[in-house]
Amino acid sequence: MTPQALLVAFNTIVIREIRRFTRIWPQTLLPPAVTMTLYFVIFGNLIGARIGEMDGFEYMSFIVPGLIMMAVITSSYANVVSSFFGMKFQRSIEELLVSPVPNWVILLGYVAGGMARGLGVGLIVTLLSLAFTRLQIHNLPVVVLTVFLTSALFSVAGFINAMLATKFDDISIVPTFILTPLTYLGGVFYSIQLLPDFWRAVSMLNPILYMVNAFRYGILGASDVNVWIALAMIFVFISALSWLALRLLKRGKGIRH
Amino acid sequence: MTNALQIENLVKTYDDGMQALKGVDLDVKEGDFFALLGPNGAGKSTILGIVCSLVNKTSGKVRVFGHDIDTDISAAKLNLGVVPQELNFNQFEKVFDIVTTQAGYYGIPIKKARVSAERYLRELGLWHKRDSPARSLSGGMKRRLMIARALVHEPKLLILDEPTAGVDIELRRSMWTFLEEINRQGVTIILTTHYLEEAEALCRNIAIIDHGRIVKHTSKKALLQQLSMETFVLDTERPLQEPPKLNGFTTQIDNEGALEVEVEKSQGLNEVFVELERQNIKVLSMRTKANRLEELFLRLVEENNPDERRSEEQVAS
Repeated sequence: MTPQALLVAFNTIVIREIRRFTRIWPQTLLPPAVTMTLYFVIFGNLIGARIGEMDGFEYMSFIVPGLIMMAVITSSYANVVSSFFGMKFQRSIEELLVSPVPNWVILLGYVAGGMARGLGVGLIVTLLSLAFTRLQIHNLPVVVLTVFLTSALFSVAGFINAMLATKFDDISIVPTFILTPLTYLGGVFYSIQLLPDFWRAVSMLNPILYMVNAFRYGILGASDVNVWIALAMIFVFISALSWLALRLLKRGKGIRH
Repeated sequence: MTNALQIENLVKTYDDGMQALKGVDLDVKEGDFFALLGPNGAGKSTILGIVCSLVNKTSGKVRVFGHDIDTDISAAKLNLGVVPQELNFNQFEKVFDIVTTQAGYYGIPIKKARVSAERYLRELGLWHKRDSPARSLSGGMKRRLMIARALVHEPKLLILDEPTAGVDIELRRSMWTFLEEINRQGVTIILTTHYLEEAEALCRNIAIIDHGRIVKHTSKKALLQQLSMETFVLDTERPLQEPPKLNGFTTQIDNEGALEVEVEKSQGLNEVFVELERQNIKVLSMRTKANRLEELFLRLVEENNPDERRSEEQVAS
């Protein structure tokens, strides 16, 4: 395929993905908006008023970056895992497999689709947060880089989950039992400086902690970890998981007999 | 003339150890209308699956218009259009979107894709359904949608795996006419079907596969010439209580009271009518009893597996 043809194929996948999640917006865009609004009201306003400051910031301001990242992570992951597994389940993945689209374009297309939803939801949550707090930007490049890379990382992770999944249960196990606990324990609602030494050390093993803190640094200028180490880590994870996803595609794991 | 499809010593062993293909060799010439026939589980869909990259082969070579699927898969796929046996589109997407999206996967820009999609949706009688979600289509429409989708990038080789399964006779005939027309326009067609009359009506060359091996690969004409005997059904003016004795022919009365006459290739039908005339039996109409290809197909498959056939008969009895 020529570079122009590859671009058309990539755009086709991305447009189809965007068309899919916007067509079912009550399932994809509305729920995170409602959930995050509840977080803002309950944790930010009601409980936050009693908590006082965290890391020198009003509690509402402290949790907003984490909640935005939480929405971006779950939406990016959910988009790719449900879309790709849905295509496997309906066998419409065969439309792609018989076509000359190379594996790397397939992966890139799905990741871009996941990022479109993740970043779209992130934008919605950011706009909602403005109703509760005044959002400042400490370092825009860090904000943009962190949110893009994190969204890409969890899109690739969702892709791998979808490739390995053989039934619908398999696509909910990772978000429920791994992603959600890691996100909640990733410093969304608290600074790990509050934890005892042991639990602080354990928290440092949680990759989501680095993403949440890098993003919080970009917004507030405060972070529990080194931002550049965090960004480098995300990049390494993206590279490793993309390599794995391409290997699975080449082997046709779960999609070719 | 080049080969549209060339398969050499193709072997497929599934993970459970089942050997679906045991060294298949097959050539399909450019411009051909080719039938791949075989009983269920013979390996037809496995061959097509490998050609279309839906199944990984164990060993062997496959070339599509000279492009090796191991080394030049992209060029091979650009020449291929596939209509699978099972419905495999997103049931929630609109008909028009399904076809244009497929064109996009082949790198066709959206403007050109829309023109091509309109052409094939019109030709297949689906244009008025272009904005409907695919799930709202009838069974026959869904099959036609898959044909439109397979043709939207204008492939040189179209593979159809049981395209008319579950389609009513009228629609089947109109699909035959459509396929004959695109074959006339130069598209090579490979068809698998259980309706042997379909293969007899459409195809010029035929391969019969059984237990992962090609047991026959020849022209339809040569295949049909192998039939040494054919049974004709004659409707007579007066109902016959007993089969008449026709010199040199075996006769019997079927369940509906019609006369069945077995005629060998060396014999002429004239002799049947002379005999009937002599016995004052007037014939109103005549037809062949079974599809000729079907008879031959069953015989070839039976020859290939005499032991299995016998054991099946024992089980049945």
